[in-house]
Amino acid sequence: MGEHLIKTPDVGEGIAEAELVEWHVKPGDLVREDMVLASVMTDKATVEIPSPIAGKVLWLGAEVGDKIAIGGPLIRLEVAGEGNVAASGAASAAPQKEAPKAEAPQPAPQAPAPKAAEPEKPAPKAEKPKAAASRPTPGLRTSGPPRPPGEKPLASPAVRLKAREAGADLRRVRGTGPAGRITHEDLEAWLSGAGEPEGGGSRLVANTAVEEVKVIGLRRRIAEKMALSKSRIPHITYVEEVDVSALEDLRESLNKTRGPDRPKLTIIPFLMRAMVKAVAEQPQLNAVFDDEAGIVRRHGGVHIGIAAQTPAGLVVPVVRHAEARDLWDCAVEMNRVAEAAKAGTATREELSGSTITISSLGALGGIVSTPVINHPEVAIIGVNKMAVRPVWNGSAFAPRKIMNLSSSFDHRVIDGWDAATFVQRIRALLETPALLFMEA
Amino acid sequence: MLKPMSCKLLVIGAGPGGYVCAIRAGQLGIDTVVVEALRPGGTCLNIGCIPSKALIHAAEAFEAAKAAAEANNPLGISASAPVLNLAKTVEWKDGIVARLTGGVAGLMKKAGVKYVSGTARFENGETVIVATDMGEQEIHAENIVIATGSVPVEIPSLPFGDRIISSKEALKLSEPPEKLVVVGGGYIGLELGTAYAKLGSQVTVVEAAPRILPLYDAELSAPVARRLAKLGVEVLTSTKALGLSPDGASLRVESEETARSLPADKILVAVGRKPHFEGLGLEELAIDMEGRHIRVDDRCRTAMRGIYAIGDATGEPMLAHRAMAQGEMVAEIVAGHKRAWDKQAIPAVCFTDPEIVSVGLGPEEAKASGREVKTAFFPFAANGRAMTLQSEEGFVRVVARADNHLILGIQAVGAGVSELASGFGLALEMGARLEDLAATIHAHPTMGEAVPEAALRALGKALHI
Repeated sequence: MGEHLIKTPDVGEGIAEAELVEWHVKPGDLVREDMVLASVMTDKATVEIPSPIAGKVLWLGAEVGDKIAIGGPLIRLEVAGEGNVAASGAASAAPQKEAPKAEAPQPAPQAPAPKAAEPEKPAPKAEKPKAAASRPTPGLRTSGPPRPPGEKPLASPAVRLKAREAGADLRRVRGTGPAGRITHEDLEAWLSGAGEPEGGGSRLVANTAVEEVKVIGLRRRIAEKMALSKSRIPHITYVEEVDVSALEDLRESLNKTRGPDRPKLTIIPFLMRAMVKAVAEQPQLNAVFDDEAGIVRRHGGVHIGIAAQTPAGLVVPVVRHAEARDLWDCAVEMNRVAEAAKAGTATREELSGSTITISSLGALGGIVSTPVINHPEVAIIGVNKMAVRPVWNGSAFAPRKIMNLSSSFDHRVIDGWDAATFVQRIRALLETPALLFMEA
Repeated sequence: MLKPMSCKLLVIGAGPGGYVCAIRAGQLGIDTVVVEALRPGGTCLNIGCIPSKALIHAAEAFEAAKAAAEANNPLGISASAPVLNLAKTVEWKDGIVARLTGGVAGLMKKAGVKYVSGTARFENGETVIVATDMGEQEIHAENIVIATGSVPVEIPSLPFGDRIISSKEALKLSEPPEKLVVVGGGYIGLELGTAYAKLGSQVTVVEAAPRILPLYDAELSAPVARRLAKLGVEVLTSTKALGLSPDGASLRVESEETARSLPADKILVAVGRKPHFEGLGLEELAIDMEGRHIRVDDRCRTAMRGIYAIGDATGEPMLAHRAMAQGEMVAEIVAGHKRAWDKQAIPAVCFTDPEIVSVGLGPEEAKASGREVKTAFFPFAANGRAMTLQSEEGFVRVVARADNHLILGIQAVGAGVSELASGFGLALEMGARLEDLAATIHAHPTMGEAVPEAALRALGKALHI
């Protein structure tokens, strides 16, 4: 029997560290060769790390959410035959052997110990001495954590007796004591609460639970990206309404007559084509701004990011070279990358390299949104919900299909005039969709 | 026929459950009558817990004297071989019983409880007829508590008589039987069997289950089995008692492998106890039974309004301290207080050698509840006081929830550990966690120091092991 140390492999080009997002094994598990040990995230792609060897997990080198260095120790396995650890020099082998030994027999102490200690700390002291005059919030009278379902209330005999005599059901009293024990103070606070009659089944109770959710993986990337964008880029947001009645007629007709191998068209492919036309006239909008270098890179290719909601959070798959795709091709490619993103199978290339982005909440779209620019791009087009609205046509109100576009621009490099010109151009193209198909 | 009486509360039976119920009721100003066929104190004071403990103490003293008489004993004591006068021992024991039963009678009188001596029989749900020395006494009561206790279970093929005795007779023998066979390896049989082994009897224990003390886990019963072997007590497990041999002088037993005959001067049958309802007229009532005992709710109410049952009449665990707690509760309920049974733990003690105490859940029971459990024990072999007492056998064991360290049970085996039961019970009722036990200073040098040590060990930081 030997110990085999697996180091974090190089999972992406030229990166020095990756974020551990999931362990697929725990100490004591038996792993086969090629079984997935862990998932790490680099940029936007999640990479699974397989085991190069069969063995038993002795030690995990990081916790979920940790940044781990490429080439750093990831996991130790007990393997048949000589491992790659024990054989090395005594000086380095000794301390390494120590670590897993201490860890293995007691996998519990680190994790459960703080957990067990936590319940005693929160609230009770801070919560109690509130001003007596104000009517206490129901349920805040006892501020212990809620009892998991099926757990019996824990209380000393004297507290139980007092509750019995006062007609209080201890199951409804939260305990602030160790292990959720109901103290005399908890019971008194509960009894002196609002003085509501006992047995009212519909009593509203404040929920003081606080769930800690680690911001890791994709969520952390989103958080960092949003913070970067909002802190670096002075946004200007411009909202205009677009009469899409003609476009909708066209879309409906195309969808009716489309061939079986063609996807159902949404409004987005039309918008993509409109953007291609508009940026041809205003190339400064199809660009990325390297503010540290002080360079705006205007791209010839229109790589349109499509903000997509996935179970894990927001990702932005990219339709590359929209300028070289017709309406149907845009639709096909958009569906393909969006599906890949949702399934988590999108590659790094499919999730990066956009030069301008569309943000659409679809049917949830609302009237106006303030899209956050996909840094380091300089423009994002937000699509709001389409609705039939009465529009004055000069002599009467006519029902028209109206959709708002809420678009944000990097005001450092895009002036308001240019932003408005761009949106008005897109509006003109969408309102008279035949223009979309005119060769310049 | 005596003049009928009426009262608010009638308690049938003045054992630990009944007398406590009556005293508390009297204290609360309830017009209370208690009926007892024998002497106040019930089985516990008269023919159970107390006299057996007296006999066990005498046996231990005799054993110690024998050890002191041995040449080159480690304590350096020289003494001549002791001589036992068991009749005198029994007299001493009877003196203790008399003091206690007299005390109980005095307490009931002081609380204003009327005591009627005689055998009660239900006429209906509100009326009881008591057969007294002076004739039948009719008593009407708004509330009636059935506290009639239990009696030893008889084996049909081994009817109690001159040679075949129950625990009651075993407590008043005039001399130790030369050969004693104990049928039943539960706590009663082992307590008495051990005592007689120390008093000089040649003792054989016959148990049908695969090991002695089947109601305790094997970890707890193992030290007792080792001590029995050292005392020369032969223990036959997985063995059934069939009946007397034709000449009546030995007991025929049978196991899967063999059948044998055990010569016996006395055969103590201790195979359990059953609720005692004979002649009570329960058939006149519409109360529900659960097997042999009366079914009660969490307020000890039977299916009939105004009729309560407490103690052994309500089944297992048949323990005096449970009956007392029930009796106290019922008296307070009758007085109009809001009460319900909400005890967390009922300690159980075996006065074997070494003693066993168990409070709350054992490791297996705790695991069976589906929780993750932490268990740790601390051996008395690592306890200074145990060494000075020449009693290094045994340990203290704690069982706690793994998630929040709430203590689910504490057990111990060892000399005198029954006295640790009070602390164990307190820890469970107060909802202590391992950290609470570990952080409580226990006096040094005492065997109780093993308690925080066991808790520390469960937390992975024991000091003395």
